[in-house]
This record gives sequence, C-alpha cells and structure tokens, in this order.
Amino acid sequence: MKFAKLALVASAVLVLGLAATDASAQMRKVKIATEGAYAPWNFVNSQGKLEGFELELGAELCKRAKFDCEFVAQDWDGIIPSLQAKKYDAIMAGMNITPRRLETINFTTAYAAGAHGFMVLKSSPLAKMPGGEYNLTKDLAAAEKAINELKPMLKGKILGVQGSTTNLAWAEKYFKDVAEIREYKTTEQHDLDLAAGRLDATVGAHSAAKATMETATGKDMMIAGPGFSGGMLGLGVAVGLRKEDADLKTAFDDAVKSAIDDGTIKKLSEKWFKVDMTPKS
Amino acid sequence: MDFTFLYTSFLRLIVGIPLTLQLAFSSIGLGLVLAILLAAMMRSRLLPLAWIADGFVFVFRGTPLLVQVFLIYYGLGQFRPYLDEMGVWWFFRSPYYCALLALLLNTAAYGAEIVRGGLQSVPHGQIEAARAFGMSGFTLYRRIIAPIALRQALPAYGNEIILMIKATSLVSTITLMEVTGLAHKIISETFRAFEVFFVAGAIYLAINFTVTRLIALAEHWIAPDLDQASRPIEVGKLSH
Repeated sequence: MKFAKLALVASAVLVLGLAATDASAQMRKVKIATEGAYAPWNFVNSQGKLEGFELELGAELCKRAKFDCEFVAQDWDGIIPSLQAKKYDAIMAGMNITPRRLETINFTTAYAAGAHGFMVLKSSPLAKMPGGEYNLTKDLAAAEKAINELKPMLKGKILGVQGSTTNLAWAEKYFKDVAEIREYKTTEQHDLDLAAGRLDATVGAHSAAKATMETATGKDMMIAGPGFSGGMLGLGVAVGLRKEDADLKTAFDDAVKSAIDDGTIKKLSEKWFKVDMTPKS
Repeated sequence: MDFTFLYTSFLRLIVGIPLTLQLAFSSIGLGLVLAILLAAMMRSRLLPLAWIADGFVFVFRGTPLLVQVFLIYYGLGQFRPYLDEMGVWWFFRSPYYCALLALLLNTAAYGAEIVRGGLQSVPHGQIEAARAFGMSGFTLYRRIIAPIALRQALPAYGNEIILMIKATSLVSTITLMEVTGLAHKIISETFRAFEVFFVAGAIYLAINFTVTRLIALAEHWIAPDLDQASRPIEVGKLSH
C-alpha cells in the first residue's frame, strides 16, 4: 500500500517533469501585439479579454508554427515603434502591407484582404454616392475616375479617419482639397462622432464598418459609395515582423499558407466577417 | 543624430504652436474670470453659493483632465438631440470649443483655490486699519485686499499657467492638431518617436521659458520689496 502510493507519486512527478520540459524546451515564446479596438479583427470583449478574428487566427498560426504565443494590447499609433523597440515580436492588428511600412518592418504573406470605403448615416445625402468595386493596383485610372466623381459630393464635408492608417493616407491624397479630414486615435471614436453628427462620413475598412453597423452606435449607419482596395490602401492584411527576424517570417509564412490552403482562414473569416476575406493570389 | 530630420520635424511642428497658444491663453483668460467668481462664491455668506463653488472645485480638481475632455466631447456627443433642442449643439459639435470648455473649467477650479488662498492671506489687521480710515466695499478691495492678494497669489498662479500650456497637449485626443497632435502624425509617417518628441518637448520648453520669464517680471513689478526680502541675507557682510 505504502509502496504503491510512493510509486504513484514518483510516476506523477516524472510525467509532470517530462511534460514541463517538453513544453518549454521546444516551444519558442512569441509575443504578438494587437490593438484591441478594431472589431471584428481584434477587440476587448465584455470580460475585458482580447477577442476577434486575429486572436483566433493567431492561436491557429502559432499552433502550426509550434510557437508558445501570447497576445498583448498596444495603442495603434505606437504599434510599429514598439515592435522596433522589441516590446513584442509580431503584430496582428488588421495591418495592411504597404511600401511605406515595408521600409521599416517586414510582413508575412497576407492572411486577409478586403475593400475600403465610406460609412455614412442613412439620413445623409452622401448615402446616394454611387457604388462599385475598384482596385488601385490593377486599374488605377478607373479608380481615380470614380474618386473624381465623388469629389463634388464630398465638397465641404467632414471626414473622420483613424490616424496612421492607409485609409488616412488615401483620404488625404484624394480628398484633402475638397473635404476637411479629422484624425482619430481609434475607429470607435470616429464611429461615435459619426453617430453624433460631427462627421459626414468615416473612411475605413468595410469589414470594420460592417461590425459597427451591427452595434447600437451604428444602427443608423450604412456603407456608401464604391469599395476600393490595393495600391496605397495596402496589399492585404499580414503579420508584421522585425526585418531581422527572418526565421519568424519563414515560420509564419508557412503557417499562413497552410491555413489558406486548408480553408481555415475562409472558415474563420466567414465566422467573424460574414464574408470570405481570404486573399486572392 | 539626424539634424535634417530634426529641422524638418521642427518646421512641421511649429505650425501647431498658434493652436497650442490660442487654447492655452483663451482658457486661462476665461478661466481666471470664472476662478475669481468662484472664489467670491466660496467666501460668500450665502451658504448655498459657497456649496456650489466648493462642489465645482471638488469635481474638477478631483478628476483627470483627460477624462473631462472625453466626457465633454464624446460623452455629451451622445446627447445630441437634447443639445440640439437647447440650441447649443453648434458649440458641442466643434472639437475646438469642447477642448476650450474642458480646459477653462479645469483651470477655473485650480484658479479659484489660488485666488481664495490669496484673499485669505490678507492680514486681518490691514483690513481693520483700512476700515478705520473709512474704506469699505470696492475701495477696500481695490486699494488693500486686491493688491496684497495678487502679490501672494501670483507665484502659484504662474505655476498654473505653465501647467495649462502643457495640458493643451491632451486635446490631440479629440482630433485637434496642436503641437502634440502633429508630433503623433509625423511619428506615424516616419516611425521615429524619439526625434519627433524631442523636438516637440523643446518647443514646449521654449514656450514655457518665455512664460516663466514674463511671470518673474510681473512678480518683480508688482512686489519689488517681496522679491528683495525673500533673498537670503549674506551673513558675512553684516558682521563686518
């Protein structure tokens, strides 16, 4: 009896010890930063925990790459400088690949891609802006023609955009001369101002706009005008990494590709965005 | 250090100085008027008036300015229909007016305490002496109480002015592009936080250097005797 007990304890210790060394020795620790204010990509839920498409996808990618991952929240406007300062190792925050960002950091292959455009109040005259889909990479001329047709309607209007985004760069390039552009720290803040009537429209990703429209704040809002993608609006959303961490890039690239190939990204995207946001190669 | 980058950042940041100064000085000016009114209410014999002033100071000194800015801008933004009905939505629609209101209410609360402290520091004997000369009401305030109170309150109030100039940096959170707002924008384009904040900090330092010099001048001008009397006496010189 006594011996049996001792044997049990000994084997338990052995098993636990093995499991512990197994986990710590082989799994590389990777810290991933996200904004936590960009539903449904990433947001803080009612329990105060990070949740969203990227949290679920991130866990899946880490499982495939055999990383021991931890998500941390970081304000959007400091998210690249803090990566450079090694506060974490990767960014998954609805961040688009752009040539400007590529000068500073590296990106994996894109894990999602979607259109960008305007969100307005249903009662606004801007609700009648003509629709359409334009790609700035494939047919810049057609996209710019559509933009020029929007300009008279947006004359003297106030547009809200999140700072440090491709949306802001795009809005400033094409609409600065006709409209007033206000910068916000988060998309939640410009949504509140659109609801309050301080803004005539917001400029952002359709995916985030749709998520807002499902909340109480956004119940009187709608997406108006054409959807734009590619070019300066970004070459898809990807994991941001430091340039020197080539090994992380290889591991995440493989994980993203396998998640695209086996339909995991399509499944998660339909769960969170209600549409398939898998990048089309 | 990359001096060309520092210089181009500087050229872009100085564009925000007028807004910083405009917000600081209009809130300080309007806030001072409110502060004097509040201090008078606090000293009033009508207790309800004193309670209102005390309550105001309690709330605005006890909560962070950032929270007040958010409450006035995003918080009141959710009550648009009521504000529309009252005919004041044009005011709350503008981020500039919301920022100005938050800053001026905040500085009024601190200012009220400084003014009250100044008034309380007037020695009772001086007031009695003035009364003995037949002064009362406005004359008493103008000739005795106000000059003494102002001398006492100015150093503390100078401090408040400097704090307010720095506090304007918080309004960048409600879309206003003053020096700090522009700094964030440049960092988001260049990812060079150190250089840009370094230049922004230097700009605030330069503004506050000028302001502290002006306050010191004003202190000397209204109370040259206090300025001299407060300096330590050189003991060595006295003994010979």
